[in-house]
This record gives sequence, structure tokens and C-alpha cells, in this order.
Amino acid sequence: MTAYLLRRLGQTVVTLFVMSLLVFIGLYMIGNPVDVLISSSATPQERQAVIAAMGLDQPLWFQYWTFLSHALTGDLGKSFVYNQPALRLILSRMPATLELAFSALVLALVFGIPLGLLAGLKPKALVSRVIMVSSILGFSLPTFWIGLMMIMLFSVKLGWLPASGRGDTVNVLGVPISILTLDGLRHIALPALNLALFKISLVIRLTRAGVIECMQMEYVRFARAKGVSEARIVTVHVLKNTLIPLITVIGLEFGSVIAFAVVTETIFAWPGMGKLIIDAISVLDRPVILAYLLMTVVLFTLINLVVDIFYSVADPRVRLGEAAE
Amino acid sequence: MTPAANAEKMLVVSGLETRFNTSRGPVAAVRDVNIEVGRGEIVGLVGESGSGKSVTGLSLMGLIDAPGEITGGRILLNGEDLRSVGGKRLRQLRGDRIAMIFQDPMMTLNPVLRIDTQMIEAIRAHDRKISREAARQRCRDALGLVGIPSPDERLLAYPHEFSGGMRQRVAIAIAMLNNPDIIIADEPTTALDVTIQAQILAEMQKLCRQRGTALIWVTHDLTVVAGLADRVYVMYAGSVVEQGPVDALLDRPIHPYTDGLIRSIPSHNEPGRPLHQIPGMTPALDRMPQGCRFHPRCARRTEGCLSEIPLMDFGGGRRARCIHPLVEG
Ligand SMILES: Nc1ncnc2c1ncn2[C@@H]1O[C@H](COP(=O)(O)OP(=O)(O)OP(=O)(O)O)[C@@H](O)[C@H]1O
Ligand code: SF4
Ligand SMILES: [Mg+2]
Repeated sequence: MTAYLLRRLGQTVVTLFVMSLLVFIGLYMIGNPVDVLISSSATPQERQAVIAAMGLDQPLWFQYWTFLSHALTGDLGKSFVYNQPALRLILSRMPATLELAFSALVLALVFGIPLGLLAGLKPKALVSRVIMVSSILGFSLPTFWIGLMMIMLFSVKLGWLPASGRGDTVNVLGVPISILTLDGLRHIALPALNLALFKISLVIRLTRAGVIECMQMEYVRFARAKGVSEARIVTVHVLKNTLIPLITVIGLEFGSVIAFAVVTETIFAWPGMGKLIIDAISVLDRPVILAYLLMTVVLFTLINLVVDIFYSVADPRVRLGEAAE
Repeated sequence: MTPAANAEKMLVVSGLETRFNTSRGPVAAVRDVNIEVGRGEIVGLVGESGSGKSVTGLSLMGLIDAPGEITGGRILLNGEDLRSVGGKRLRQLRGDRIAMIFQDPMMTLNPVLRIDTQMIEAIRAHDRKISREAARQRCRDALGLVGIPSPDERLLAYPHEFSGGMRQRVAIAIAMLNNPDIIIADEPTTALDVTIQAQILAEMQKLCRQRGTALIWVTHDLTVVAGLADRVYVMYAGSVVEQGPVDALLDRPIHPYTDGLIRSIPSHNEPGRPLHQIPGMTPALDRMPQGCRFHPRCARRTEGCLSEIPLMDFGGGRRARCIHPLVEG
């Protein structure tokens, strides 16, 4: 267990290092943030002063060295634009993104598992075919287009749900949460559903495939031979065998939900990290981009860890450290 | 067989036919199978791979899944026709009056459920009111019965913590939990090594004798049946071709196929002599020969073998489907 955690920690540190180096070099090659940040009417002296203030007059290796030594103390630099610590900016936006991603995942499971179960138990029935065709649509229609259509329909035409912002929030341990207020729920409904559509399709397909496979297993036949009811066979024998690998995959997908949130947040003006990073990229706000990517790596590592632990607890055959590697 | 003994027949299968709908149309995997098992009787069901033994066993349990379907015959268990009792009653009988054990112990237990879960559900499926503790006690006893040491601990284990032999013992314990009238054992020892196979066979025989449980032991190995069963049914290409008391059948087979099977047992040959082989191959389901299905492989065949051959009585409880029998009735 300890060896496993240490190995994981080591992998994360290496990833963080390589990632920061790549971002540094990459952004250096793309262009100079000063060209974007300073108005073209500035005098050369003013320009020089800003460059010096940001440390951009130093050679690249020295800039990286400065970043690295500060980063080790937890300081990821100040945003060029907001003149605030980049890390604090990211952290202040993170709850909104996590809340959105989490809600989307819950929706994916709540809709995906029952529909997938139905489609798996009666693969030839008409409902099952309808479900499967819909899931293909969920896979293939672009998220942003569906998002726009949802706004058109539910916000503009029907006026049921708001199309932007977080709505009322409640502070839990100093973190603002939308899903705990009715207004917040109304605000998160559309973006969460939009973000969830792709994952719902994924969950439907995974559940269906798992159920079809499990129903043919000999242990199902043996359970029937024992006289166990069909309801119990499905909810205990089949579902448990289907859900363990499913939840594992979905846990790992949490990362990609956060990545996809960039698009959804932009469409629905959801004030999360995604919107912040899009703005930061357009002005080459290096400290913010770096802080975002490094935080993402940390987040991914944590998610993987949680999924591994879950998997080793849920599946009696797996011991920690052997899972998903 | 006296009429009195007949009245004791607890399981009577007559004219069983089970078909599978394949891409080349429906084919009968089992046709005109008649089996009778008395209370506490041990019966062997022997045949080559693909002869329809498992399909027969599953048909008796009502466990044939699509694309398969029982298309004919009657299955009477204690006088109740399993084909017409309906799904609810069938579920009540399964695991309670008629139980089954399968071939591969690695696959029959659910890998993610603890042994106690898988055992207790077999009790609760038939007795909702039983207390947790009473059910647990019965599981403990059943595990002890089949020779699993420290049953209390083992109840909390998962299947992967058991060896193949131990898993099959657990499956046997589960089949015995509700003290059924009959257990269908579909080659439960084929996947195990020889010593464990012999142990389990002996224990199973002892248990069934003690408790008066009837047993249908499915196997492709005639030698297994020799020491175990009272009577034997020999299946070929989906039908029973010969049946009778085990000693008579092994000593003086009536059907040329049974004879071929016996002569291909290694111990029946002098050392150094090549093993006897039945020439040819088992026919495919969709290309069944006309008349006697064994005729393409039979040395005794004549023109007459090309018409349907009924199961004929040879006395002493012996029956066979052959018009040129090796033993006269
Ligand atoms: N689900 C199925 N679909 C189509 N055909 C099937 C199916 N199950 C069994 N059969 C066919 O039924 C025939 C009898 O199969 P069965 O499993 O009963 O043989 P068996 O005597 O048990 O053989 P083995 O010793 O290999 O277990 C085989 O020809 C097989 O191909
Ligand atoms: S009926 Fe004819 S072909 Fe069939 S086993 Fe008897 S002799 Fe052989
Ligand atoms: Mg078989």
C-alpha cells in the first residue's frame, strides 16, 4: 500500500515537471504575451518596463528556473492580466467546474445505467433499439451545437431554464455550491445535461455490453438453477458484475469531463476554470495556463487514485496496485 | 421392473425434444429421449461430446435459453409436468426439488459475491421466512457435509479464494442445501484432476445414498459410471440408444455404439494393442442420417437400418434402438 502510494506520488511529480517544461517551451515559441497585453501606442520605454516587471527579459532557462524554485514553495506566479496569484485564480474557479463535472457524471449514471440495463436485458425490443439509436446521436452530435439548441429551446422559446451563470449559491466550508439551491439547480441543469450527453451514451453502451455478457455467464445459469428470482439475478448478480468495471471507466472519464467542460462553460457562461483558461490562452497568460494544467495533472492523479482504491475495494479479485495498470 | 417399482418413479421424461433455431433453420439437439429415475436412484447419462447430454439436463431444469426451445415431450417430477406448470412454479421447484451442478467450477460461482451470499440466496429463494442465523447454520452444515474445513470462515470468502475442487464442492453443497429429490450433475468432475475427481465422486455417491437423493450423473466416461450408477442411459446424436442396469449393459452391450464405447476404454484392451476406435464421426445436427443415426458408422447395418428404429425392450429393464442387436432379448 505504502509502496503503491509512493510510486504514484513519484509518477505525479515527474509528470508535473515534464508538463511545466513543455508548456514553458511551447508558450515561448507561440509568441510574446507582451505583444497581446500592451497596447500598440505604448512607448518603447513603457514596453521595456513591463517586460522587465514580468521577468520576460531573462533567458528562457532562467525564467524556468525562477518558476521552478518558486513553484516548490507553492507560488505559481502572478497572472499577467489580473495581477493576482495564478493558483488562487484557478482555485477560486475550480469549485464551479468540479460541481458541473460531478453533476454531469451523476446524470450520466442516473440515465445511462437504467437505459443500458433495459437495452441489455431486451436487446431485440423496440425500446432498446430506440435507446441505442439515440445513444449514437449522443456520440456523434457536437456538444456545442446541442448546447446551443438546448438554449434555443429551453431558455429562449420555452423560457423554462436560465442559460447562463451559476444562480444562487450556498457556501459549504467556504466553497460556493449551486446545486444546493433551487435557483442554482435551475442554472446548472442545462450545462450539466449538455456536458453529460456524451457520457450518457457511453454509460448506456458499456452497461448494455456488460449486461449482455453477464447474462450469458454460467453463474447466472447456476443462480437460476438455484431458483433465484430473475429480479435478484439482474440486480445482484448481473448489475454488480457490470457496475464494477463501469464505475471504474466512468471515474477515469471524470478527467475528460473536466476537459470537455471548457466548451460547455463557454456556451453557458458558466464561471469555471474552463472559461478562465480560454481567456488566458488567448492572451498567453502563462502563469494561469501553467497553474491550470498543473492543477489538472494533480486532479487526474487524485481521481485515478480514488478509482483504484474503489476498484480494489469493490472487486474482491483485485488488490491495490494491480488495478488498471 | 415391477409395477410397484414403477410407482416409485419420481422423474419420468418421455418423448423429450429440444430444438435450437440456428441460421440454417431449427435443428433438434435432443429427440425422443425417455428417462425414468426412481427415488434415490443413481443414473448415468453417457455419450460423446455433442450427443445432447447437457441439453437434456438443462431441458429437465427448464433452463434452455433462446435460441433453444423444448418442442415436445413431458417431464414429470413427482407427477407434476414441468413443461406446463408455468414459470413461477418452475422457479419454486428449481433448487428445491430438482437441482443441478455444472461442469466448470471456475464459472458457476459469481466472482464478486461472497460464498455466504450465494448460499443463503439459494435457501431464501424457497423459504422467505427463515432467519438469517438459521439459514447461515444450514450453509455451514452443508459445507461441512461436502468436506470443506472451517466452514464458518469459508462462508465469508470469495470464489477465487478456493481451488477448483473446493469450488465444485461448494456447488455441490449449494445443490444439496434444500435436500432436493434429484440432482443433475453435468460432468462436475471433468475439469478436475483425477484424484480429486475420484474423491468427489465417492463423496457424492455416499451423500446421495444417505439422504435418498436421486442423481443423474452426466459423463462421457463409461468407467466413471461403472462404479457409481445403478442404471445407465447411453446417448448418441441426441437420442438414447441403449439403457439398462449398469452391470448388464457393460458386460453384454446390446447396441453396436455401446459396444464401441466399451471397447475403446483403455483397460479393456490388452497392453500394447492399439486402442479400438469407432470409425467415422458424430453427425452434425443439421445433417442427421436417416433411420438409425448410427448407421454410417455401424459394421452391422443393413437396408432395414435406414428406416426409423424404435426403442425396443430386451427384458430385465434393458432397452435399445437396434434391429441387429449384439445380444438377443
Ligand atoms: N445454444 C445452442 N445453440 C445451438 N446449438 C446448441 C446450443 N447448445 C447446444 N447446442 C447443440 O446441441 C448439441 C448437443 O450439445 P450438448 O451440449 O448437449 O452436448 P454434450 O453431450 O453435453 O457434449 P459435451 O460432452 O461436450 O458437454 C450439440 O451439437 C450442440 O452444438
Ligand atoms: S440399427 Fe442397424 S445401423 Fe443402427 S446400430 Fe443397429 S445395426 Fe447398426
Ligand atoms: Mg455437456
